[in-house]
Amino acid sequence: MFKTFLIKYGEIGIKGKNRHLFEAALVNQIRQALDSVEGEFQVYREQGRIYIDVEGFYDFEETVEALQRVFGIVGICPVMKVEDRGLEELGNDVIEYLSNTYDMKNQTFKIDTRRARKSYPVESMEVNRCLGGRVLDAFPGVSVDVHNPELMIHVEIREKIYIYSKIIPGPGGMPVGTNGKAMLLLSGGIDSPVAGYMIAKRGVALDATYFHAPPYTSERAKQKVVDLAKLVARYSGPINLHVVNFTDIQLYIYDKCPHDELTIIMRRYMMKIAEHFAGETRSLALVTGESIGQVASQTMQSLAATNEVCEIPVFRPLIGFDKQDIVDIAEKIGTYETSILPFEDCCTIFVAKHPVTKPNLNAIKRSEKKLEERIDELVRTAIETTEVIRVE
Amino acid sequence: MEAYLDNSATTRVLDCVKDVMVKTMTEDFGNPSSRHSKGLEAERYLKEAREAIAATMKVNEKEIFFTSGGTESNNWALIGAALANQRAGRHIITTSIEHAAVIQPLMFLEELGFRVTYLPVDRQGHISLEDLKAALCDDTILVSVMYVNNEIGAVEPIEEIGRLVKGCRSDILFHVDAIQAYGKYRIYPKRLGIDLLSVSGHKLHGPKGTGFLYVREKTKLKPLILGGGQQKGMRSGTDNVPGIAGLGMAAREAYRDYEEKVAHLYALKAHMMEGIRRLPDTQINNGEGEESAPHIVSVSFRGVRSEVLLHALEERGIYVSSGSACSSNKKLPVSTVLKEIHLEKELLETTLRFSFCEQTTMEEIDYCLEALEELLPVLRRYKRH
Repeated sequence: MFKTFLIKYGEIGIKGKNRHLFEAALVNQIRQALDSVEGEFQVYREQGRIYIDVEGFYDFEETVEALQRVFGIVGICPVMKVEDRGLEELGNDVIEYLSNTYDMKNQTFKIDTRRARKSYPVESMEVNRCLGGRVLDAFPGVSVDVHNPELMIHVEIREKIYIYSKIIPGPGGMPVGTNGKAMLLLSGGIDSPVAGYMIAKRGVALDATYFHAPPYTSERAKQKVVDLAKLVARYSGPINLHVVNFTDIQLYIYDKCPHDELTIIMRRYMMKIAEHFAGETRSLALVTGESIGQVASQTMQSLAATNEVCEIPVFRPLIGFDKQDIVDIAEKIGTYETSILPFEDCCTIFVAKHPVTKPNLNAIKRSEKKLEERIDELVRTAIETTEVIRVE
Repeated sequence: MEAYLDNSATTRVLDCVKDVMVKTMTEDFGNPSSRHSKGLEAERYLKEAREAIAATMKVNEKEIFFTSGGTESNNWALIGAALANQRAGRHIITTSIEHAAVIQPLMFLEELGFRVTYLPVDRQGHISLEDLKAALCDDTILVSVMYVNNEIGAVEPIEEIGRLVKGCRSDILFHVDAIQAYGKYRIYPKRLGIDLLSVSGHKLHGPKGTGFLYVREKTKLKPLILGGGQQKGMRSGTDNVPGIAGLGMAAREAYRDYEEKVAHLYALKAHMMEGIRRLPDTQINNGEGEESAPHIVSVSFRGVRSEVLLHALEERGIYVSSGSACSSNKKLPVSTVLKEIHLEKELLETTLRFSFCEQTTMEEIDYCLEALEELLPVLRRYKRH
């Protein structure tokens, strides 16, 4: 059983002076991810590498799954860590490693030695040759292929010596928190959790805003959004979920404005309120799950109309995705099943039969004039009565 | 103020039920199968519960078997009877408005090769005896009819059905799902020709996870849950002593001052219906007075989605059920019962069920009616186009 993992990371390696900050963030995220996994884990940095040592019993599958949710990790390598007891013993270790890990028959292989500890008396090429010879002797049938080997056997000589050959792919991206925070507009649907996931993958921490409209939407619908936030938080870390009671604003718009503009106007106020909470939580952008043309409120004209109310950037990571692409990711990250639970969400309760698909901004603004009397007060009340749920 | 008007979903456990359950969990906690005195002590509770329940139906205590609830009782009665009697025939008759706990086991039996006839109902939810008569065949082995429908409170003519079935052939078994009826009606299986009768504990102020099946002596029935041979080998598993003790207590209480309680329920129902009739654009789906169950009022509110009204009532502490699970964008199957009674299509998703218990007060009904009076015009003003 492997007692050590070597964690490979990509992009953060190139971040120059900030590199150590990124590495520290990654170590931190790894520790958090392993918190809920059975086992005693030690996560540490050594010479530009991140290692995880395990004491005693642990669940290999569960450990790998947890690590695969940590953005910034490119590869997870189960490693055999040995003391330096000379080249002869190292040969024995490599043979032991191979017979434990593979059914050695007639594979091609290559030994790739990295001598990070320059004081090691034998040069890399010589170590390669020597270990290669030992492997050939130990497993009849195997052969060397230096160009396209089936088994690439890495031997890294540091304080200790690390032997590994398997690289389990990680999620990539950047460690969460290294690129600031954004405010996700989270509904109960399929798209917004995926959008949150994709932005979190770029190292961005998340808070979220959800609009509910009791009695038109139920407590169960709200619980569903909390559950979705929990699933996203497995990747993004803790989320402060802002639950805004939107009913009065919605009914007021319904009373005063043309019904085919209802959705657009409503969404403009949602963006305004979300932007307000972005300011309060030091989020630098809004994130939505919109994709061009998916519904009436996501045509380019509609997107322009809702975009217009925001001063901070609005990120729409799914903008060019087909529904099926989004569903695929939702299934992969485990939000799909929760997303499709059938509860009414507040965007659809009063939706017109034929909502405008090419809203004219001037017309929308004229309609919004009719709201002047009470809308500021209603928005203020909605903000003041918002419930913040911390989701971990 | 709060008004819990969802007693057909479940009821609050009575204090005396809770007390006996606590006692059997903390003091007299033995396993009735144990040989020592702790076991004997626990066994006494089972015996008492069995006697109390048997007494409410004037049957022999040996004919009472405890289960995990109404669903298990129905599954066992149907599957157990079908398997035990399949040599005599493979035809079963039921109604089209049964609870899923009857329909699903019957669909399972259909997969095994049994034939099932689903009798239609009229606008009041009643089957016709003519239909039943016509459906009875040489190879009919089982007839299963609910006593009280859980959504609209329709009461099936159990006595006539029993007479018809037994008059046709005495070996046809008659199962009655009495989950909404026990405690509300005096049910004497022997007089009614009932062989199998399902009851659930939590509908009568007993604990959840409890129920019983009445099995008339000499009825051929296969056990479904096999194991240590408890309950004469008919239903294995360590006896749920706290649950059974609670159920026994609840059954006894249900028939204490029975006449008064039922009169109170009918008064509540009449008051509710009178109030509903004063509200515009409403339709009552249950029968008048004693034509339907005393504790269920089903109302359609034209132009108001039931789920929205349900949540609006909930905001005022009033708890009810929607007659159908529905949602606008995902088309879930709406209530089959409401469809079966040919409720107007527009009313299917506007129907709420109000259900009472003996503890429900006139004030609660008034509170609910006032809330409806205020909410309905507002909810009707805002609607989807």
